[in-house]
Amino acid sequence: MSENNLKVKVWRGKEQGEFVEYLVPRNSNQTVLDVVTYIQRKIDPTLSYRFACRVGMCGSCAMTVNGVARWTCRTHVAKIVEGNSLEIAPLNNLPVVKDLATDMREFFNKWKGAVGFFKGEQTRFDDFAKVKPESEARQLANAGIECIGCAVCYASCDVVASRSDYLGPAALNRAWTLTNDVRDVQQLDRLRAVAGDAGCHTCHTHGSCTERCPKQLSPTAGISGLKKLVATAAVRGSQWGKL
Amino acid sequence: MSATTIQSSAIRTAVLQAKLWYAQRISAMVLGICVAIHLLIMFYAIRGGLSAGEILGRTQGSWVFAIFYEVFVLACFVHAPIGVANILRENFPSSEKVIILPWVLACLILVMGTVAVIGVFTGGGSL
Repeated sequence: MSENNLKVKVWRGKEQGEFVEYLVPRNSNQTVLDVVTYIQRKIDPTLSYRFACRVGMCGSCAMTVNGVARWTCRTHVAKIVEGNSLEIAPLNNLPVVKDLATDMREFFNKWKGAVGFFKGEQTRFDDFAKVKPESEARQLANAGIECIGCAVCYASCDVVASRSDYLGPAALNRAWTLTNDVRDVQQLDRLRAVAGDAGCHTCHTHGSCTERCPKQLSPTAGISGLKKLVATAAVRGSQWGKL
Repeated sequence: MSATTIQSSAIRTAVLQAKLWYAQRISAMVLGICVAIHLLIMFYAIRGGLSAGEILGRTQGSWVFAIFYEVFVLACFVHAPIGVANILRENFPSSEKVIILPWVLACLILVMGTVAVIGVFTGGGSL
């Protein structure tokens, strides 16, 4: 084997399957997604994986690389390669459709379950809502708004691994962002949705989501904000009413 | 059971859990203060040797010590069973019977803790 080759083990199959080894030429500035694409285009066209933008915006290409969930399009091989080896598997905590492609339905259904979608009451005939950029709510919303929905946090979360009904860091981060959106009109429903056993209070604050988030967001901080807000709303009520 | 009933029951459970979380956090704050004071007293107290007589000499008839340690007991009574209940719920999600254990623990902490507080207050004479 040439020193310029990468030894890449790739998961092939569904839930049941095996790692298959491929030799991929090493290039400078090569990303993990480049490696996977090379295998699919030059070695085995039956390899299934998912990607779209290739520039870290769409959140499609996350995989488990050398045991850690990462966005593959912005992960340079040089930074994570162990010797000459890479091991590429589908994301944890999600059903495998085939090879490196996971079924994301449950992940996005949980966003919906956490009322992780915006609903306003103004129409196109109303004036723009005025939200001051320096206001506390806007700042808190900003902190989590850049989530690209890649599910790296979800795949890294130990609580999701042990409790399949837990909403997970991405959905709760989205819920927290919307909680700080002064235009949204579903606040009480959202607090109820994220309260309790499968919601924010289940988080163990391990911080894996925050450590692994490729956008350097902190779902842990958002979940912590939700915990306080929900608990206060349950005991003393909130600005939107009592839970 | 209608969907609305299921939903309202789920909300009630969620609200209860949020309240329990709140109670656990508040009791943790109280515990933090109590443990700090308790340790400081211990460091101070063992300077002259540690004996039952020494301890009772300090605590017997002292309402301040009695109230302080009863607050300590009450904080444990709230804090520990909620944590144990969470651990049990996560590890045995399908078993509803395990919820009895935190209740037993709560009763034990309250009764044994209070007995101990009465003991150091009265010098053990009344019990």
